[in-house]
Amino acid sequence: MHSDELQVKNLKVAFSSPQGDLIAVNGISFQIEKGETLALVGESGCGKTVSALSILRLIPEPPGKVLGGEIFLSDRDLLRLSPKEMRDLRGNDIAMIFQDPLASLNPVLTIGEQIIETLLRHTKISRSEATKRTEELLRRVEIPSPSQKMKNYPHQLSGGMRQRVMIAMALSCSPKILIADEPTTALDVLIQLQILDLLKQLKEETGMSILLITHDLGVVRAVAQRVLVMYAGDIVEVSPMHALMKTPLHPYTQGLIESLPSQSASKNRARLPAIPGVVPSLGQRPGGCPFHPRCAKVESRCREKFPELKELEPGRWARCFVAERGR
Amino acid sequence: MKNSISETPLLEVKRLQKYFHAKQNNGARGGEILKAVDDISFTLRAGEALGLVGESGCGKSTTARAVLRLVEPDAGDVFYKGIDMLKLCPEEMRFLRKEMQIIFQDPLAALNPKRRIRDILSEPFIIHGVTDMDFRQKSIAGLLQKTGLSEDQLARFPHEFSGGQLQRIGIARALALNPRLIVADEPVSALDVSIQAQIVNLLSDLKENEGIAFLFISHDMGVVEHFCDRVAVMYLGKIVEMATAQSLYAKPRHPYTLALMAAVPSLRDEVQVQKVITGEAMDTTVFAKGCAFQARCPIKEKQCEDISPTLKEIAPGHSVACHLSE
Repeated sequence: MHSDELQVKNLKVAFSSPQGDLIAVNGISFQIEKGETLALVGESGCGKTVSALSILRLIPEPPGKVLGGEIFLSDRDLLRLSPKEMRDLRGNDIAMIFQDPLASLNPVLTIGEQIIETLLRHTKISRSEATKRTEELLRRVEIPSPSQKMKNYPHQLSGGMRQRVMIAMALSCSPKILIADEPTTALDVLIQLQILDLLKQLKEETGMSILLITHDLGVVRAVAQRVLVMYAGDIVEVSPMHALMKTPLHPYTQGLIESLPSQSASKNRARLPAIPGVVPSLGQRPGGCPFHPRCAKVESRCREKFPELKELEPGRWARCFVAERGR
Repeated sequence: MKNSISETPLLEVKRLQKYFHAKQNNGARGGEILKAVDDISFTLRAGEALGLVGESGCGKSTTARAVLRLVEPDAGDVFYKGIDMLKLCPEEMRFLRKEMQIIFQDPLAALNPKRRIRDILSEPFIIHGVTDMDFRQKSIAGLLQKTGLSEDQLARFPHEFSGGQLQRIGIARALALNPRLIVADEPVSALDVSIQAQIVNLLSDLKENEGIAFLFISHDMGVVEHFCDRVAVMYLGKIVEMATAQSLYAKPRHPYTLALMAAVPSLRDEVQVQKVITGEAMDTTVFAKGCAFQARCPIKEKQCEDISPTLKEIAPGHSVACHLSE
């Protein structure tokens, strides 16, 4: 219990609209253990980014609001902290990197200046010390000739280098938890591999936990230890990574893996086994199991009752009547 | 399935070249030269899909655009059904373009947000002078049916659709004038995983049933293997390996192709080796001589620094530009 770095309990987030509150995150619970890389997987609109932003209290309010739940970091409930306490916590205890580093960096400041600024804001060190630390950080994320690169503006760097700068900035205050929201989605495959490798290596060195948000099962395969699969605001499956890839329990997870053309089971087929239909938009959530209109294994009770998230094997949870019965 | 591919090439591209001249810091000409497309040759037959793969900046999109003359190539020849396209005047080119269409990565950016789907799908007919309303209506109904859309969606605007449906609309618009060649520029990269497979299946149907040729640009080696008959791997403006998909995936020869494939691991194997290739594909001006891949190549030898390898056929239909592949 005490190895849990972060604990999310029953988090419920909604966005208000003319049609009433639209539930984006429907009471999810999970914990991240110390030194663990936990992947949060799902398609756009499933609530994975909203969940992560809620942890940092970065949901724009209004229209967003946290309807309930608790988020514990050590003994503190983040949802009850004052804005000032929250500002101190961001960057210090929990840092975040985003998909598009160009949008997250200030275009008119050199990258060195931006990291120095972060250090001065969060730590009590002198400017010259901060400059030295910055150079070290850039070296640590394997940016070649860091003292020169510090003088560059974001537009002068490649996408991969910019993401390295973002990681350096996130690491500047040695956070306990790093939230990485699609950190490699905008990068080329070979650069993606480099960045994932770097994240893995930094995690080993610092012992921090990583909450990795992604839609890409290949990325999950490369770095995660445990996986949460989300669909329409709910967690539908929780599992250690290898077990999930080998024998996914939920039909949605099965569909996601099968529909990838690179996976051997679907190779050499004329048609890919696609999941039919589309992800329901907020406010058009189907009754019963929200996945039932697209599910290949749908039964009559799936249309009426909302299944519970149940532990079907030690450490493996799924929210599905059909998977339950198969055990 | 392979029978539908005809023997005579629909498109023949010979020694295509497009350089961009970067400006100097003071805005004057004479800065660095970026060789976006550097001596590219390939053929494409009806009903065939040729995949162009490589990292961003390798010139795959510029190659496709130069073929359609959306950017003017500096040198080389493009023959479409034997017609030398680069000699056509704009009027003739516009007429020929009916048969060549393009599908983009971001369908929302490619569709006019202020127009209804009906207008978006009517526009190709209007531009090419199809005034018969009955015919137009029927054609649009046919397009909807082919792409899995429904009539009641015609009155809606692009923002009311999800990404997958928007890509279907983009494909429907491209199909309006019965194209023979479609350039698909990362058509599924922006889509959700479960939707990607639907769109790939739709494109496969069009290839098989309508005999449309595809120039398929993608960075996703998995999608390319599934959809394409032949694949050209590009690195910094050059084709470094070209083969049938079967041959390429069974036995990739160029170290760059190997690296690209290793970057897409199998999800289910417990143990796997992923070799991280260092460095980035930067500008082509770095190496005055030798192989462009030398800085990142794990098996580099002395001759790679001096002599630039040329594309050589090493097995039937399988060409590689690497000194060490023989």
